[in-house]
Amino acid sequence: MRLPIPFRETLSGFKSLLIGMRITLGQFFKPSITVQYPRQTLKMPARFRGRIELIFDQATGKSRCTACLLCQRACPSNCIAVEGARTEGEKHKHVTDYKLDFTMCSLCGLCIEACPFDAIQFTKVYNAVSFSRDGLNNLDLVREIETKRKAWLQTHPPPAPGPAASPAPRQPQPEASSP
Amino acid sequence: MSNLLSIEPVRILTYLVGICAFVGANAAYLVLAERKIAGRIQRRPGPNEAGYGGWMQPFADVLKLFAKQVMIPPGTDILLYCAAPLMVMAPPLMCLAVVPFGESLVARNLDIGLLFVFAFGSINVMALMLGGWASRNKYSIISAARVVSQNVAYEIPMLLVVITLLMVAGTLDLNELIRQQAGGFWNWNLLRVWVNPLMPVTFIIFFICMLAETNRAPFDMAESESELVAGAFTEYGGMGFGVFFMAEYSNIVLGCCLGTVLFLGGWQSPLPLAALSGPLWGPVWFLLKMYALIFTVMLVRWTFPRTQFYGLLNLSWKILIPLSLFSLLLTGAMMKLPLVLQRLF
Amino acid sequence: MIASKESLADGPDGQAPQETFILNLGPQHPATHGVLRVRTTMDGEWIKRAEPVIGYIHRMHEKMGENRTLAKFLPNPSRIDYLSAMHYTHAFVGAVERAAGIEVPPRAEYIRVITSELNRIASHMVWWGALLSDLGGLTPFLYAFDDRELILDLLEGLCGARLTYCYYRFGGLCNDVDDEFLQGTRAFVKHMPPRLKMYRDLVTDNIILRKRLEGIGPISAEMCRKYGATGPVIRGSGIAYDVRRAEPYSVYPRLDFQIPVYPECDSMARYLVHMAEMEQSLRIIEQALDQLPAGPVMGKVPRVLKLPPGDTCYAVEAARGRFMVRIVGDGKDTPYRVKLRTPCFSNLSLFEEASRGMILPDALAMLGSLDLVIPDIDR
Repeated sequence: MRLPIPFRETLSGFKSLLIGMRITLGQFFKPSITVQYPRQTLKMPARFRGRIELIFDQATGKSRCTACLLCQRACPSNCIAVEGARTEGEKHKHVTDYKLDFTMCSLCGLCIEACPFDAIQFTKVYNAVSFSRDGLNNLDLVREIETKRKAWLQTHPPPAPGPAASPAPRQPQPEASSP
Repeated sequence: MSNLLSIEPVRILTYLVGICAFVGANAAYLVLAERKIAGRIQRRPGPNEAGYGGWMQPFADVLKLFAKQVMIPPGTDILLYCAAPLMVMAPPLMCLAVVPFGESLVARNLDIGLLFVFAFGSINVMALMLGGWASRNKYSIISAARVVSQNVAYEIPMLLVVITLLMVAGTLDLNELIRQQAGGFWNWNLLRVWVNPLMPVTFIIFFICMLAETNRAPFDMAESESELVAGAFTEYGGMGFGVFFMAEYSNIVLGCCLGTVLFLGGWQSPLPLAALSGPLWGPVWFLLKMYALIFTVMLVRWTFPRTQFYGLLNLSWKILIPLSLFSLLLTGAMMKLPLVLQRLF
Repeated sequence: MIASKESLADGPDGQAPQETFILNLGPQHPATHGVLRVRTTMDGEWIKRAEPVIGYIHRMHEKMGENRTLAKFLPNPSRIDYLSAMHYTHAFVGAVERAAGIEVPPRAEYIRVITSELNRIASHMVWWGALLSDLGGLTPFLYAFDDRELILDLLEGLCGARLTYCYYRFGGLCNDVDDEFLQGTRAFVKHMPPRLKMYRDLVTDNIILRKRLEGIGPISAEMCRKYGATGPVIRGSGIAYDVRRAEPYSVYPRLDFQIPVYPECDSMARYLVHMAEMEQSLRIIEQALDQLPAGPVMGKVPRVLKLPPGDTCYAVEAARGRFMVRIVGDGKDTPYRVKLRTPCFSNLSLFEEASRGMILPDALAMLGSLDLVIPDIDR
């Protein structure tokens, strides 16, 4: 026996409602899948694009940056400002000032691709925040390198300046460490 | 204790405080329960920061709402604007006076209890309409108009269903209605198919009408937040909005209480065992059934999209009213059938 | 209920005529998903005229393209339609490659197709969730985002960004795919069909949704042609127009897929087109993974990229329709003109005509089914 169309529609519609409720009820008893962010964090993937940083070369204890300004030119947002200086007897310049305006950066990665010396890379910093605009629009990447260099110097003492000098102090002076 | 309760002022005061506390606690914690249930359905934990598992959340919410300024936008009808949140709380507070939570746990055992409930049950519609009208906001006015036509449409099948039950029970006394459903879950009105084979359908009609009367999804035309911003509550802020919010849940409690009384046997135990029935078990069964219904209401909300406005009216006028009328006639016929047969043979 | 011609017109001084009122939907309204403003003249709940007011998020992308070198414009296309960033980058990169005659290695093209189709599924999922939340059902939104998260994780592992990928380069890609991505994509292709069935049971077959979408917001094929509507909108009106077939690009001609077409012209047809497209995208991804050749992912590109004088167009089928980049070079390293033809602009422009005489919730359901991304309209 076939029911008239309105009855069939009502019945099939009601059935579709019950199916929907069965699905949501099924989901109700499954565990939740959210990450409780401040308490749990996810591991950032290897290629994650955080803000850029200068790579600290463990072999030389310096940045590889030669202040060639290619990254500065490649940047679509003009958020990189690099300055360098030349040391006597070295082939390349070295970086003295690397300012990043992170408020303008679009994390496109063109600077990293432009760099011929592999001197910059993305960090895994995903929660860069600041209480004022100044905290993000004038990041000094060279200072970060210097901080790392201080830690590096703990394990890599500078070569002794001469044979006449007293045994090299384990704690080098901070002034002496700046390049 | 029972002597003390028989003194009239003490009784009134006790139940007044009790009902206010019951409504308040339910309104506060059903909001939390709804958010938790919505969270579980959507595979997230829901509010879990305030207190262990989020149990302090209602306090945080209320504190926030109290701290907000009560805005009265210019151009509103101030009296109506302020009266609406008060009136919307009226039906649950009034009607719970006659709802029997246990055989003797009832504030006022009126013999016209059902009539009383339906007399006061629709005041919240007027409150929503007044609130929407008085806020002088286009969204609110559209919403107010929707609320009225929706509730007028759904009052009819609801009353037809209740009349069906009245014909079966022959009484307006809610406690008497429950007593008639004694003796196991197969004697509940929900499953009394020998009285009327359409009894489960009647329950579903009642449930749908209850959803529509309390403006719950999928019939939340009053709020319909993706179309009318917040519908009738758009201009309300602070505790004005909070009261509307609490009233929504209080009205659900009332609707589910009524569903429990009329269809699910109220305080009767589902199995006719002496160990499971008694004055202490009564409220337990009642609340269990009521909260199961409330859970279903919430599950429905978090499963379905909102109905169309005219689809909602179509559902009422083209499906629910004819069905409930048919059920009414069928019940009448089946009640008279034995008499007719007796007379014939 | 079609209003008469006179009553459609505004009264003097732009005021609403008698017995009607003006309702502003947006620029901040829960149904407009962004800063779109729809100025509606209402008669009760009936819409007499709904006029979209756009431009709140105009960011001069075309002008930016003319003022900077080609490479520097590369991050921009992803920002135009943030939900289908891959397609938009593909169109721009493709236009430059076509103009400068750069060869793209086949491996790069296949990876472009895989990532584009993943992006299409993610975009359709957002649309699906957003449409349902427009219609008042909030749970499907979360389910869609649950699955979309898998795609975003895959693409994040691939290129480091979750939304504005900037993954394609002139002549190839910025890096090759790893095994993790390939295995993850295969797992995702396996994971999706049961989820799509769940979507169907939960939402598509639901009587309330059907009542809300069936027969609502009819857009005839003629109206689609008149306004230049593309994508799921035109395919929901019975025209099998898909750029992947009509103007084949990349390696789409080598892949076997169908173009879902529904002739009902209503919102439900557009809905079903979206749902069927997700299945087809899964098919495309599976085939592309099977055919993925080995080799480099970067072709030969001159160090300084200069556009030869001339006029080049490159169109792709983005998640919302035909996105075309027209690029005019004059021998310099900056283009003379960049024209971006965005699908949502055309799809929105038919809303004014199509929504006449509709009731407000239906109009919003139809607006949702048009799948609008506001930055794409304003660009």
